[in-house]
Amino acid sequence: MVKEKENSKFPPLVDGKSQYDLTSGKYLRVWQGPQHPGITGNMSLELTICGDEIIDCKTHVGYLHRGFEKLMERRKYIQCFPVVCRICVPEPDFNEYLFAACTEELAGIQIPERAEWIRTLNLEMARLTSFLMWIGGQAGSFGMGTIGQWTVTLRDYMLDLFEELTGGRIYHMYMLPGGVRADFPPGWINKLLDTLKTVEKTLDDVELAMMHNAVFKMRAKGLGIITPDMVDKYGITGPNARAAGVARDIRKDSPYLVYDKLDFEIVTGTKSDAYGRCEVRIKEMYQSIDLIRQIVEKMPKEGPFFTKLPNVLHWRIPAGHTYKRAECTRGEYGFYVQSDGSDKPRRTYVRGPSYTHAVALMEHLAIRTNIADTAGLMVSLHTYPPEIER
Amino acid sequence: MTEFNELSRQFQISDLKEQRADLHFFHASKEHAVAVLTSLKEKYGYTHLVFFTVVDHLEKNEFHLTYMLHNYEKHHDMGVVVKIARENVQMESIHHLWPAAATYQQEIREMYGVEFPGSPGLYENFALEGWEDIPPMRRDFDTKEYSDKTYYPRPGRESHDPREYMKENLYPGEAETW
Repeated sequence: MVKEKENSKFPPLVDGKSQYDLTSGKYLRVWQGPQHPGITGNMSLELTICGDEIIDCKTHVGYLHRGFEKLMERRKYIQCFPVVCRICVPEPDFNEYLFAACTEELAGIQIPERAEWIRTLNLEMARLTSFLMWIGGQAGSFGMGTIGQWTVTLRDYMLDLFEELTGGRIYHMYMLPGGVRADFPPGWINKLLDTLKTVEKTLDDVELAMMHNAVFKMRAKGLGIITPDMVDKYGITGPNARAAGVARDIRKDSPYLVYDKLDFEIVTGTKSDAYGRCEVRIKEMYQSIDLIRQIVEKMPKEGPFFTKLPNVLHWRIPAGHTYKRAECTRGEYGFYVQSDGSDKPRRTYVRGPSYTHAVALMEHLAIRTNIADTAGLMVSLHTYPPEIER
Repeated sequence: MTEFNELSRQFQISDLKEQRADLHFFHASKEHAVAVLTSLKEKYGYTHLVFFTVVDHLEKNEFHLTYMLHNYEKHHDMGVVVKIARENVQMESIHHLWPAAATYQQEIREMYGVEFPGSPGLYENFALEGWEDIPPMRRDFDTKEYSDKTYYPRPGRESHDPREYMKENLYPGEAETW
C-alpha cells in the first residue's frame, strides 16, 4: 500500500483500510452498477471517492442470483444439463463439459476417443468466442468502441458455427455424459476454417489499432498491477496470473481431454497490468485459433461420438465425490459434484474464476485508481458475475 | 501417501480416499482442521485454495465443510473434509492463510449459517439482501413453500381454444359451414 505523505489528500490507512469521515464533505460515495460498464452481467461497485480517485471499493453481487446449485439438488442428473450451461453466459461449454466429466467419473463411464476431440474443439471455440466478447468490452471501456464492433461481429460468426453444430447460439447443451450430442454437419469443418481465417485477419487489425494506440497505452499501463506474490493469496488464475509471469495453465499442467496430444506453449507476460493482461489474452486468441486447426488436422475423421447410457431418467450415480477443472478464458473453472447414490446430485459446487477476481482482488486493486478507469480495470480482470453468485 | 502419513502422526485425520491419482480426500477433526490446512500450505506446498464449501447432510445432522487445496508443483489436489454438527455451528476462520477465503466464509455464513468468528465482512450481505428466513442453501429450507408464501399466484392471461375463437370472432358468417 502507498505510504501516506503528510497533508495528503487521502485519508490515513489503518490495517489497509481507509479511515474517512463521509460527513466531512471531502469524500463522496457513488454506486457504479448494477448495469456496470465493466462487466457482462449485473454487479455493483460501491465506491468512495476523493476528488476523482477511489479510496474505498466494495463489490456487491446478487443481482443475478438464480440459485443454480440449489436447483440442481432437486433435479435428476440429466435434467441438470439445461441448468448448468446458464451459469456462465459467454462461455457455457465449460459448465457442460465439467458437469458431464464429473458425472462420467462418478458413474465410471469412458467416452469414445472422437468425443474427446470434439469436446476439445468445442472448448477451444468457446474460449475464442469469449475472448472476442471480452476484447469488445476492453476496447469500449477505453473509448475505442469501433474495435468492439469488429470483434462482436466475429463472435457472431462463431455463434453461427455453434448454431449449426449444436442448434443453439448461446446455450448449446451439446456435451452430455457419454460424449457429445451430434456429429459435424456436412461442410461444417470448412466453414469453421474459413471463419478462423476471417477472425485471424481482423485480429491483426485489432492488435494494431489497440495495442499501439497511445491513449490505450497511457491509460492501461500501470493500471491494476497484480504482483506474483498476490497470485496464491487471492487465488488468481488464468491470464491474470500468467501476465505476471506465473506460468500456470491447466491445459498443460494437468492435461484433460486431448490437450496432451496438442502442441502449444503457455503464454506468459512480464507485468500483469491492464495492458499486460490484454497482450496475454490476444496471444491466447491466436493460440486458440492454432489449437482449433491442430484439432481439425489430428482428430479421427470417423468413429463413435457417444457411449450408450442406461435410462437417464432412472439413472443412479454411485455414491462419491469428485472435482474436475478446466482452463477457461478467465482462469480455473471447476465443478465439485457429490453423489449420495441417488438419482439427484447431493451437492454441486461451481468454482468460477470470477469469484476471487471480482470480489477480493477487485476491492484491493481499485484503491487509488481513477474513477474513469474503473470500468477498464474491471474488464481487464475479465469477470462474469453469474458464476460468482451461482 | 506421504503427506497424510506424516500429518496423521500429529493431527486427528482419517479416511484417506484416492479419487484419482491427482485427487485425494481425507477427513480432519474440527479442532485440528485449521492446523492441518496451515501445514498443507506452509510445509507441503498446497498454496492454492481452490474452493471452500459446505455439503449439508441433513439426515446425519452434519455439515461437511470441504476445503480443496492444490499443489502447483506436484499438480495434485487435496480435499479436506471436516464434519461438524448442524446446530449453532461455528468454525475457525482461515482468512489469515488466504485473504480470498473471507469471501467464501461470508457466502457460507449467508447460505448455510456457519459462523466464522473474526472473518472480515462476515455479516455483510453477499448475494441476499434483508434475508430473515433460515439460510437458503440448507436442505431443510423448502424453496417451494417459500415461493408460495412470498409470491402470490398471478392469474394467467385469458386464453381461448384457437378453433372455437376463430369460428366465433374471425369468421362468424362462415362458421356454420365448418
